[in-house]
Amino acid sequence: MDGVHDMGGMHGFGKVEPEQDEPVFHDDWEARTFALYRAMSYAGVWVIDQARFAREQLPPDVYLASSYYKKWELGMEKQLAELDLAGRDELAAGRALRPGKPLKRKLSAAEVPNIITRGSFVRPAQKPARFKPGDRVHTKNIHPKTHTRLPRYARDKVGVVEALRGCHVFPDTVAIGKGEDPQWLYTVLFDGRELWGESAEPSLKVSIEAFEPYLEPA
Amino acid sequence: MDQKREHHHDHDEHGSELSEMQLRVRALETVLTEKGYIDPAALDAVIEAYETKIGPHIGARVVAKAWSDPSFKRALLDEATKAVLALGVINRVGDHLIAVENTPKLHNMIVCTLCSCYPWEVLGLPPVWYKSAPYRSRAVNDPRRVLADFGVTLPADTAIRVWDSTAETRFIVLPMRPKGTEGCSEEKLASLVTRDSMIGTGLAKQLGEVA
Repeated sequence: MDGVHDMGGMHGFGKVEPEQDEPVFHDDWEARTFALYRAMSYAGVWVIDQARFAREQLPPDVYLASSYYKKWELGMEKQLAELDLAGRDELAAGRALRPGKPLKRKLSAAEVPNIITRGSFVRPAQKPARFKPGDRVHTKNIHPKTHTRLPRYARDKVGVVEALRGCHVFPDTVAIGKGEDPQWLYTVLFDGRELWGESAEPSLKVSIEAFEPYLEPA
Repeated sequence: MDQKREHHHDHDEHGSELSEMQLRVRALETVLTEKGYIDPAALDAVIEAYETKIGPHIGARVVAKAWSDPSFKRALLDEATKAVLALGVINRVGDHLIAVENTPKLHNMIVCTLCSCYPWEVLGLPPVWYKSAPYRSRAVNDPRRVLADFGVTLPADTAIRVWDSTAETRFIVLPMRPKGTEGCSEEKLASLVTRDSMIGTGLAKQLGEVA
């Protein structure tokens, strides 16, 4: 979706402000939010692109005004309500009003060391890769109202395939419950001027990780 | 004074009052616990792991090893997941880590314009600036001025390459080894490797900058 989350190239957000000796979490609720997300992911209630899509659908003013973990928390509330796993009424009451539903599994403290890595997103290929390194490709001019990982700034542009990264879960379908539909993933490199015109520094290069359905031969 | 302001005023005078987010997250955790979905002890363990065990010190060891051992460096640039796993600094690595090398002619920078994708396993959780609108918006079209926000100035003839992490591949920058470090131990070298140098918004420290 063409939301405010798709920030590449936008103007007006100001300077980057690094914080010296930044703590991992700035408040206890941030840490609990992060851990709740991990525990519910482990329980199998959502996959990463579903969680991303939930955050992308927050109202634009809420998205922009919320801190990072607040977006996570609001995204979780939305998903839990939609999945009928925890109602808005229960969150408002601060206690369960109905029994829980059976989930795939439950994260225990003992299992935590084994989940400190991301799951695998690589899947067996359904068909041969359409492109190879060195191929010139054109990114499609698509504007789906649902989740996609092709950023706006890199649509309808010509780039070069730099690397083939294997066949991966396709975010655009998995985010909306239409299955993993594995697709070939490529690193596609663009000249800065192809993306930004004459204002770009001449030597700038930018790459995206592009799924095959985003691309056509140039 | 309108009602909203008055409320804030009230809030300020009761420092122990819980914030909106503390209340929301507490309610969420209670509900999910009561429904049997989560075990709060597991949450404690997740938080402890990310606060104490997983962080940029892991990436720093990988970089120091690459600086010291040319065959490891080749393996890292060839297939980072496998190389990092073989190093034994962590017992598992997500299956798609990619290491990119900075040189005098090319400076790599990592961003995620769409959310906040970051190589957790080797750098821990991302800093706030990495997830912020200024970085996500400007890294792809104005990286040299972004570097200036970090106090970093590159030679004009060093080209910049930005990697937008739009999929589940993750990137770590292999920064340039500081001059005059030929005789240094891996441990000493690791102390020169900053988190930002592995994102590409900083350079490794010089010997004189560390104790």
